[in-house]
Amino acid sequence: MPEKPKIAFYWCASCGGCEESVVDLAENILDVVAAVDIVFWPVAMDFKVSDVEAMPDGSIAATMINGAIRTSEQEEMARLLRRKSKYLIAYGACAQLGGLPALANQFPREQIMKFVYEESPTVDNPARIRPQTKFAEDGRVATLPEFRNVVRTLDQVVEVDYYLPGCAPTPKLLAKAVEALLTGDLPPKGSVLAPDVALCEECPRKDSKPTEVAFKEFKRPHLTALDPTLCFLAQGVVCMGVATRGGCEAQCVRGHMPCTGCFGPTSRVRDQGAKVLSSLSANVAAEDEHGIEKTLAGIPDPVGTFYRYGLAASLLRRKVSLR
Amino acid sequence: MTGIPNTDGNGRRGAAGEEIRIGFYVCHCGMNIASLVDVAAVAKEAAKLPHVIVSREYKYMCSDPGQEFIMQDIRENRLNRIVVAACSPNLHESTFRGAVARGGINPYFFQMVNIREHGSWVHTDAAAATAKAIDQVRAAVARVAKHRPLERRRMEVNQAVLIVGGGIAGITAALNLADAGKKVYLVEREPTIGGHMAKYDKTFPTLDCAACILTPKMSAVREHPNITLWTYSEVTKVDGHVGKFKVTVRRKPRYIDEETCVGCLECISACVFKTPKFEDEFNEGLGKRKPIYIPFPQAVPPLVTIDPETCLKFKTGKCKSPCETVCDRKAVDFSQTEKTEEIEVGAVIVATGFKAFDVTRLPIYGYGLYDNVYTALEVERMVTSSGPTGGEITLRDGRVPKSIGIIHCVGSRDKKTNRWCSRVCCMYSLKLAHLLREHTGADVYQFYIDMRCPGKGYDEFYERMLDEGVQMIRGRAAEVTDWTMSPEEEGKLVVRVEDTLAAYVRRIPVDMVVLSTGMEPAVGADEIRRMFNISCSTEGFFLEKHPKLAPVETATAGVFIAGCCQGPKDIPDTVAQAGAAAAQALALIDKGYVEMEPNTSYIDPDDCSGCKSCIPLCPYHAIAFDEGSKKAVINEALCTGCGTCVASCPSGSISQNLFEDDQIFSEIEEVLSHV
Repeated sequence: MPEKPKIAFYWCASCGGCEESVVDLAENILDVVAAVDIVFWPVAMDFKVSDVEAMPDGSIAATMINGAIRTSEQEEMARLLRRKSKYLIAYGACAQLGGLPALANQFPREQIMKFVYEESPTVDNPARIRPQTKFAEDGRVATLPEFRNVVRTLDQVVEVDYYLPGCAPTPKLLAKAVEALLTGDLPPKGSVLAPDVALCEECPRKDSKPTEVAFKEFKRPHLTALDPTLCFLAQGVVCMGVATRGGCEAQCVRGHMPCTGCFGPTSRVRDQGAKVLSSLSANVAAEDEHGIEKTLAGIPDPVGTFYRYGLAASLLRRKVSLR
Repeated sequence: MTGIPNTDGNGRRGAAGEEIRIGFYVCHCGMNIASLVDVAAVAKEAAKLPHVIVSREYKYMCSDPGQEFIMQDIRENRLNRIVVAACSPNLHESTFRGAVARGGINPYFFQMVNIREHGSWVHTDAAAATAKAIDQVRAAVARVAKHRPLERRRMEVNQAVLIVGGGIAGITAALNLADAGKKVYLVEREPTIGGHMAKYDKTFPTLDCAACILTPKMSAVREHPNITLWTYSEVTKVDGHVGKFKVTVRRKPRYIDEETCVGCLECISACVFKTPKFEDEFNEGLGKRKPIYIPFPQAVPPLVTIDPETCLKFKTGKCKSPCETVCDRKAVDFSQTEKTEEIEVGAVIVATGFKAFDVTRLPIYGYGLYDNVYTALEVERMVTSSGPTGGEITLRDGRVPKSIGIIHCVGSRDKKTNRWCSRVCCMYSLKLAHLLREHTGADVYQFYIDMRCPGKGYDEFYERMLDEGVQMIRGRAAEVTDWTMSPEEEGKLVVRVEDTLAAYVRRIPVDMVVLSTGMEPAVGADEIRRMFNISCSTEGFFLEKHPKLAPVETATAGVFIAGCCQGPKDIPDTVAQAGAAAAQALALIDKGYVEMEPNTSYIDPDDCSGCKSCIPLCPYHAIAFDEGSKKAVINEALCTGCGTCVASCPSGSISQNLFEDDQIFSEIEEVLSHV
């Protein structure tokens, strides 16, 4: 019997939701386990880094890494797994685009450290102690990884073969990706393993969108009673579906929440946030500066709205403050 | 590299597999470029760039030998892409595309780099200008490799022309085009055509009677079978583009049936107001009219108009309406409502004229304060035999003036109001001087800054006025006042002025002051400008495409300008310009087709999600939503390549020929490559 292909999972700066999505395969996970050998999966199985280091280079058929890259340890693991794997797959929005962790790219490292370890209302740290990368006591040395200046996408650190989008990727897309890996029926390298058309195409509310959407105001979903059948944009609620790759089957919209953009842009777009900003602002009804400002005031956090998942992968990547 | 893979750098929509062979040429433009930019260095650097097979410099690339280089190199070196670094593409892009095509390759395998307007003409540092030119060239070389072959489209041109404004410019252009057999729509805001010229008595320097030369033309417009005349009407909306403009015209109700009214004017006599009571706009408020009126006897069309602001029928509803009963043709129609006409035309001539400077902005000259201060237009009406005073020059207090002061440059050549010279005021002031002397025998003083009489017979007219004894006082009038300081000033207006030739400050007592007002952009010029997409200069006059070589064209293809909407000018210049605009419009439509640049946008139906974001943004209504496929569809014939939809498509599913993402990004990357 030929050896089963080896598969690995790893997580970096992430919430654990992507790991959960693997478990969400439910009974189908048994088929996967029957077809492959899982050789490394820290969240579920007890392997050590030394086990991976001991494997021959390229011996893992595919590794799925979720989470963005912020620390030196994540970099090392990404490089190690890249070396050991035939295919490296950026799994989920954080690995693909930077995800929510990349919103921290709006702030310098020092500001983050200061807030988290000194100023946060839940912190009691009068001595202002900060974590150290190296600490020695009684002859024993403890180390922590470096906290880098910015959050990066996986492909800003190592070469990536494929991308599985989503926060988190749906079990259906994962199952399809595994099947493609097993059969070798793979698209060109660098592809995102999801449809390349914006979400509207599969949105149950598509037909309710009028041709003319002139935004008089932007409303926030939690502050507004919304029509459960009408296109969100038609109701003045920012929905990222127009600028976001489909493939999720519009789960959020079916749950009566607008798309927040986790599947990232289509292959034809370099900067998802800039694109949706360009589209929405062009459709603002007001024509004078005051009216425009008033309308746009309905979007209090533009970066968090338009770049919720994509800041690290955007053209700007981060905010830089002049000294 | 970002997380978003670019599915295909240039293969998917590009020509696959060919070897890119680029020819590069840098032009000296005589010394225009070469005096600052080191063209030899540019050529040398370009030669090192990828795919560049030939790199040359030449004194005048646009000349025949220059173009011959390109054609020859294409043939001999099997070049398939050409880059020329020279002047603005506005000037010579089509020249070089022509050479590229004659050389045997698609004319869109060409990119032009502007190192003159963007380089030598705007910089002073030679080394920096050269470095910048090299950056620009690097970007163009990278871009041109990604160009694809494109074809120009031919589009049929509608044979009708819209003329906006029925002054002498609009009338002239309308008659020229109609005589050439073209359908003309002439739209005028006022109840009659004729414009400002209809208000003038005589014209300088020949002293022709303005009405005698204008009214036959007005009648000709009315009678011309090829002209549809819509007075009391305004253009409210313009869509489309050269060859096919869709124009909406709002026709205000005049409460008179235009088809049945013959202009017998019996209704005016029958009006319950036995004497005219309301300010007469045509006579600059010097006369009175009834609520039912005709602006002047020779008005075209010769139709009466009811002013609902003053008519009792509209104001109170309690009028026996004798106007209605007296009309045996039943032409009075109080139920008339606004009408909207939609027309399609191939070209547009905008001839919306000017507005006279509002003299109340210069209270120092006493207009509105002293009865005997008049504007030049008021005096024009007064000296006209058919005007409100029947040609009598009578002051508001009933006297006939024995001395008259004419103040030049009121609202012209003045940093406080309008900086520009209005060009006509010197001459019409001299004309008024002549007419006023003729009518009253009064002494006439001209208060002028410079006497500007540069026209055929103009300076001679000035000499003639000197001979006739018109007093010339060189100096901008400082003030008009009734503050008298001597017995001879008593009961008179005093013009205070520094006589710069005699070198002392004078006080000239006169009975009447005439303010020679300058010209300003017409009321509503801004709305017209936006509708037709015309630029304007800082003062608000419409901007021609080129001040010397394209004086009646605008930046919008198919839209021409004539007359004072473009800038102050006199009647001969206006008529000449109107003729030029008519000829240009004729040349455009008579050809039967326009060639459209192929820089249109297109949608790959597999990519479009049908989100409809682009549809309302298209200024040309070129995008529709296809209910069958649930996708957006672009009508290429309507697309002008403005790029709005491309930039706004949130899923990046609209592309534009010649402005593909990979072309633009490759330019940006090269320009920024050493940053």
